Amino acid sequence: MKILYFAWLRERVGKPEEEIALPSNVSTIADLMEWLAGRGEEYAYAFENRNVIRAAIDHVHVKADAPVGAAREIAFFPPMTGG
Amino acid sequence: MTVTIRLQQEDFDVGAENAVLARGHTDIGAIVTFTGICRDSEAGSDVSAMTLEHYPGMAEAEIARHVETAQARWPLLGVTVIHRYGRLVPGDNIMMVATASAHRQAAFAAAEFLMDYLKTQAPFWKLEERGRDKKWVDAKSSDDRATERWRKD
Repeated sequence: MKILYFAWLRERVGKPEEEIALPSNVSTIADLMEWLAGRGEEYAYAFENRNVIRAAIDHVHVKADAPVGAAREIAFFPPMTGG
Repeated sequence: MTVTIRLQQEDFDVGAENAVLARGHTDIGAIVTFTGICRDSEAGSDVSAMTLEHYPGMAEAEIARHVETAQARWPLLGVTVIHRYGRLVPGDNIMMVATASAHRQAAFAAAEFLMDYLKTQAPFWKLEERGRDKKWVDAKSSDDRATERWRKD
């Protein structure tokens, strides 16, 4: 599964994207954030304030309770500031 | 219905884009154009440049979804959305939305609807430079409220 990071999440994690093997106990976006946060200091810093982080599955915005099992690509990012 | 959605680093020409939107149509009575421009100050301090990051693939898809919603809601004859990415300096164009309709009301409303949604839902992020300092721009709750008002329950 491909995981992408944007803006300050990308800076904190230190990479724009990576491939991960989804652990069997991760079923939702919230689970995935919790699991990622436990992968090291940089991830803990990136995911410390999880309630402000937005997620998208296969280019569609989703909430924290969305199931991740069938996803090809999951992105994490801060609230958007375009326009 | 002419729909143009483009993400690009290079500048755009609003007049030329309007001409494309109107080409071949004699049923268009109104085109409303919004242009977002990089300004040199924010919250009272000088901004020397800004870099726009985006999520390729999703940004186009998200804009297309909101254009479809606008088409379903107002009698539109054309929509153009162009959003730049990369480093911009004060005075540079950031993005434009143009909506075409037979009458002005639909064109104004659809343009505003699209702007409100693009600001809060399209995956773009601004990094502001103030001299050597760089800071990610915080999302504004006023933008969320502007988006909320279009929601139909």
